[in-house]
Amino acid sequence: MISTIEETRVLAIAVGSPEFTGIPGRWAGLARQLPALPLAILVPFVMIALFADWIAPYDPTEPIPGAKIFEPPFWMEGGSAHALLGTDFQSRDLLSRLIFGARVSLIVGVMGTLVAGSIGTALGILAGYLGGWVDQVIMRLTDAWLALPALVFAIFLATMLGPSMWNIVVILGAVYWTRYARVIRGEVLSLREREFVKLAEIAGGSRTRVIFRHILPNVLNSTMVLASLTIGVVIIAEASLSFLGVGVPPPEPAWGSMLADGRSMLMVGDWWLTIFPGLGILLVVLATQLLGDWLRVRLDPQLRNM
Amino acid sequence: MAQFMMRRTLYAIVTLFILSLTIFAVVRLTGDPVTLLAEPGARAEDLDRVRAEWGLDRSWPVQYLAFARNVLTGQLGKSFNYEMPVSTLYFQRLPNSLELALAATLISFFIGIPAGIISAVRVNSAWDNFGKIIALLGLSIPGFWLGLVMILTFSVWLHWLPTSGQGGWRNLIMPAVALGWYFAASLLRLTRSSMLEVLRSEYVKLARLKGLPGYVVLAVHAFKNALIPVLTLAGVNLVVMINAAVIIEVIFAWPGIGRLLYEGIFQRDFPLVQGVVMEAGIMIVVINLVVDILYAYIDPRIRLTK
Repeated sequence: MISTIEETRVLAIAVGSPEFTGIPGRWAGLARQLPALPLAILVPFVMIALFADWIAPYDPTEPIPGAKIFEPPFWMEGGSAHALLGTDFQSRDLLSRLIFGARVSLIVGVMGTLVAGSIGTALGILAGYLGGWVDQVIMRLTDAWLALPALVFAIFLATMLGPSMWNIVVILGAVYWTRYARVIRGEVLSLREREFVKLAEIAGGSRTRVIFRHILPNVLNSTMVLASLTIGVVIIAEASLSFLGVGVPPPEPAWGSMLADGRSMLMVGDWWLTIFPGLGILLVVLATQLLGDWLRVRLDPQLRNM
Repeated sequence: MAQFMMRRTLYAIVTLFILSLTIFAVVRLTGDPVTLLAEPGARAEDLDRVRAEWGLDRSWPVQYLAFARNVLTGQLGKSFNYEMPVSTLYFQRLPNSLELALAATLISFFIGIPAGIISAVRVNSAWDNFGKIIALLGLSIPGFWLGLVMILTFSVWLHWLPTSGQGGWRNLIMPAVALGWYFAASLLRLTRSSMLEVLRSEYVKLARLKGLPGYVVLAVHAFKNALIPVLTLAGVNLVVMINAAVIIEVIFAWPGIGRLLYEGIFQRDFPLVQGVVMEAGIMIVVINLVVDILYAYIDPRIRLTK
């Protein structure tokens, strides 16, 4: 059953996933060849997010004393050097809000992906390895959850749970684990028939041992590939929820809610309120996509021509 | 074939059952829906009256049966705000959402399919690289931000297009591009990989050996077969776009299903939210069922192996 666009991509990618060839050396080798462009974008954003408290010129939730509302960036007429990228509707510093917004986007992106990946990989392994009714229950739940468009499901959960950053992490994890479960289950089904797994079972390895020693390490590649596809999707989903007012609640600065704030001033041409937060999302997601493409090619040479 | 159809239909019913249980449980586990409905500071006896009115004072199994009966009779419960069955509201908005989704699909066809074909025919050329950039941007630029930037450019600065609302084709262009943007990139990727696969096949080699002109091989032999997965994805995606265009419809004030959901959230109309989400799930499960059965009908391998 094809449910979403990403799913199709994920399945296409996972079909040809390579086998596992030893963790430590491989990851160290990968780290040495990291591509320049995505890192050149991501590293500054991560730094900004980490050190936001020191970098940001103002408190992102408080108005700048004495500043006007909707001040333009400093190079435009009416702009001033104390608010380099201008101010918003509460005369808060746009630059400081963008800096703290990076933190929200990255935390939700990474943590949401981590939650989704952990739940999905765990359930996928259980379904594939144990089979039988466990498999049936998990896969029918996966089917049901995949039937809803991810964003609609996320909006629904966010409306019911109420807005907060950690709720959004849990919600996006709960929405996006299904695609991991599908793919990982498929992998485990074929791994289960492989000789090294059979031998481990014959040698008397317990189920837990087989899962952790033999199955899990062999599906981690697919989990990584899926994670690289998910992280950008999760960041955009967070921005979408915040834009709709069911994500990170005000006055906390999130790029999505900043876009919503700027919308009312779009008609009079106050472009900076819309352009800067959007560029932030675009750059971060673009960098994760590039990094993901690179990772996919590294982990799976068969995909180089896909 | 009959057996395959039976099994798939049964799965679809189980999927919808789990989906309805999920939605039902989420609404009730995440707090008292009445406190969401009622004004803050409402008196306790008023809350009790609302609970009785909505049947929320009854036991969970009884409530679920009532909910299931509402779904099965096609009413999906009554909206708190509109005081109408949710299904009536849903089907009132459906033509608008269908119009927007069709326009978005058309636009993504015009961008994604030709670009995908050229990329596949001229692999690793400048065209292919251009296609890759388009695909990457399609996945990285949030559609709703693109919508805002288009409003800024084409409505506010250039005065070419109206900012929002429904009317002639001029109202349709920007929301359709913003909605179809992401899908255009997916189509491009899928068309490209599908064409690459077909171009490597034996029958295309034979067609070339027969001495047919290049464009005939491409158009008649390759494209026709490469189109099957593309059209399938487009069909499923159309249904998703009808139900999930929440932000685009909000930005462009488009009176469709997504906006109905948004209104439901902000008027704390939880029967409406619950009903629209359920209806979206039903439509997607049904379209997937139809696609699966059609595939099995065309390709006997599917109905025999599964």
